[in-house]
Amino acid sequence: MGKTFLRGTFQNSESREMDTDVLVIGGGPAGAWAALNAASKGARVILVDKGYCGTSGATAPSGTGVWYVNPDPEDREAAMKSREALGGYLADRKWMTSVLNKTYENIHQLEAWQYPFPLDEEGKPHRNSLQGPEYMRLMRKQVKKAGVKIWDHSPALELLADEYGVGGASGVFTTTGERWTVKAGAVVMATGGCSFLSKALGCNVLTGDGYLLAAEAGANFSGMEFSNAYAIAPAFASVTKTAFYTWATFYYEDGSIIEGAGSQKGRSVIAKTLQTQPVYARLDKADDEMQKWMRKAQPNFFLPFDRAGINPFTQRFPVTLRLEGTVRGTGGIHLVNENCATNVPGLYAAGDAATREFICGGFTGGGSHNAAWAMSSGSWAGEAAAVYALKLGVNSSKRNVVGVSTTPIVSAFNRGAQKRTVSHEITKAVQAEVNPYDINLFRTENKLLPSLRRLDQIWKEIRGGILIDEADVVKARESAAMTATARWMYSSALERKETRGMHKRLDYQKQDPNQHYRILTGGLDKIWVKPESLPQNREVIQG
Amino acid sequence: MIELISESRCTSCGLCVMVCPTGVFDQEKGNIPVIARKNDCQTCYMCEAYCPVDAMYVSPFAEEDVKVKEEELIQSGILGSYRKEIGWGKGRTSGAAFDTSYKMFRLMSKMPGH
Repeated sequence: MGKTFLRGTFQNSESREMDTDVLVIGGGPAGAWAALNAASKGARVILVDKGYCGTSGATAPSGTGVWYVNPDPEDREAAMKSREALGGYLADRKWMTSVLNKTYENIHQLEAWQYPFPLDEEGKPHRNSLQGPEYMRLMRKQVKKAGVKIWDHSPALELLADEYGVGGASGVFTTTGERWTVKAGAVVMATGGCSFLSKALGCNVLTGDGYLLAAEAGANFSGMEFSNAYAIAPAFASVTKTAFYTWATFYYEDGSIIEGAGSQKGRSVIAKTLQTQPVYARLDKADDEMQKWMRKAQPNFFLPFDRAGINPFTQRFPVTLRLEGTVRGTGGIHLVNENCATNVPGLYAAGDAATREFICGGFTGGGSHNAAWAMSSGSWAGEAAAVYALKLGVNSSKRNVVGVSTTPIVSAFNRGAQKRTVSHEITKAVQAEVNPYDINLFRTENKLLPSLRRLDQIWKEIRGGILIDEADVVKARESAAMTATARWMYSSALERKETRGMHKRLDYQKQDPNQHYRILTGGLDKIWVKPESLPQNREVIQG
Repeated sequence: MIELISESRCTSCGLCVMVCPTGVFDQEKGNIPVIARKNDCQTCYMCEAYCPVDAMYVSPFAEEDVKVKEEELIQSGILGSYRKEIGWGKGRTSGAAFDTSYKMFRLMSKMPGH
């Protein structure tokens, strides 16, 4: 376990303490499936969410395709093959097969719970898309029905651990300022990825909190170089729905077409153009029928247009790229087996908090893989955490676990202050390192290295105590988590001296067969990076 | 960002305070909630989706304040429009049942780069 420095005691005397078998941190799809599966094994489960289980995270306000493929061998083969090259051949067929199976099973479970999958003209249901509000409202209902205790507005601030591993967490109820402590046999980290408060739809709760919590307990990460996903959005709005721009043409201000710009491979062209001038889009490739389908498929996509009085099919509107970081990127907490166990005993990870390289490699699989991964990894993590915790039995509550935070958790919680706080300054400074395309998207050692040094300096100041007087301990933790996340990202990005998946190095533009491995990282004050030792039986696929 | 809680419509049920993932609202017992931390609003529209009386308006402008007039929002049919669109509320059928994504996906798979 990491050494603790500067750890104060929470001044607020009010606190709630509880024992449970499994504590799930995060109430998006991965956390909800984890809680359900843990409960189905007979475990007592508490689910804490920083916001509200049902609306929190990237899925709830949006809509997503699902990697739901019929168990026909040819269909499955095609599904697995389709994105292997894009991902730089870092995915794993065994994991993909398991995820396809589990997703198939879970989608049918959703249907049994009466998720209203649409029927076509012949009355045949189509199960490869989920609308976020409906899906997550249903998940909350099922989680409650399973007897899971849901604590909303209850961010975790630190994990509890002893020499045998993780055994709970503590945090704060943000509505009352009261502190909570939960001793648990096992913890599932389902806190999502990190998109650095970029206002990508639903992503502002995703600040890498779970990464920091896990790292403080000694967890490793994988694929953190695959963390530079950017999504297309109207320049003024939050709604990121890149897939719809498949039907867009992109324009300069004068109305001439930007050659090569596109939603898929042409995103770099958009970024390059945005560095010097505005970019406009118009969904002029969508015919009347498609326009109707788009509206029924993703009502949220049209909110900004309808409300700003823009017809996106006939009028050009300015677009931007919003950083989705590891939410769409594939990096995250490393998993050591299909139980979604981490290298720390008692700690499991699922969804975007965990690495998604096993099924996507180094390139985002789009929403559909992400949704499949969340529900599959969540299910496995929940089940395994329950088995682990139930094996410990009553012994777990007798453990003498202590907090392992590396940042000060002092003072009474006060969420009044917003601007001119140290947390805000840190957040701005970190965003200035991770948002720019010329550092994070078009990567070179010349830009990455000085950026990493600046981030290291911020971390040093955090460890020196600059957050000690912050009244809003949740925002303080978020700023520390984003700083740490950016350091793992850029340390890994510097290590991978090639171009693979979404990781583009301008100074190493080719994919290098000698670097055909995943990259692990970890550590806090001192960050380490190393290639993952390759399993002997890995299938070698020619790029 | 969130711009309006209609005082004439709001029933002080507190649901928006509960469902907001970023804790934008405060509410004193029995009173109409207030927009206490507007800068934390992530423009996710979830409060609108959950408000049972269509009292909330989230402006599409994620980073700038916009002055809105309740009457205009009612007249234009925007107040409550998202909720209607996703088929939430009494007597409505969930929009998920009419999700045409599968039709889009079918065409998309035939387009270059997919």
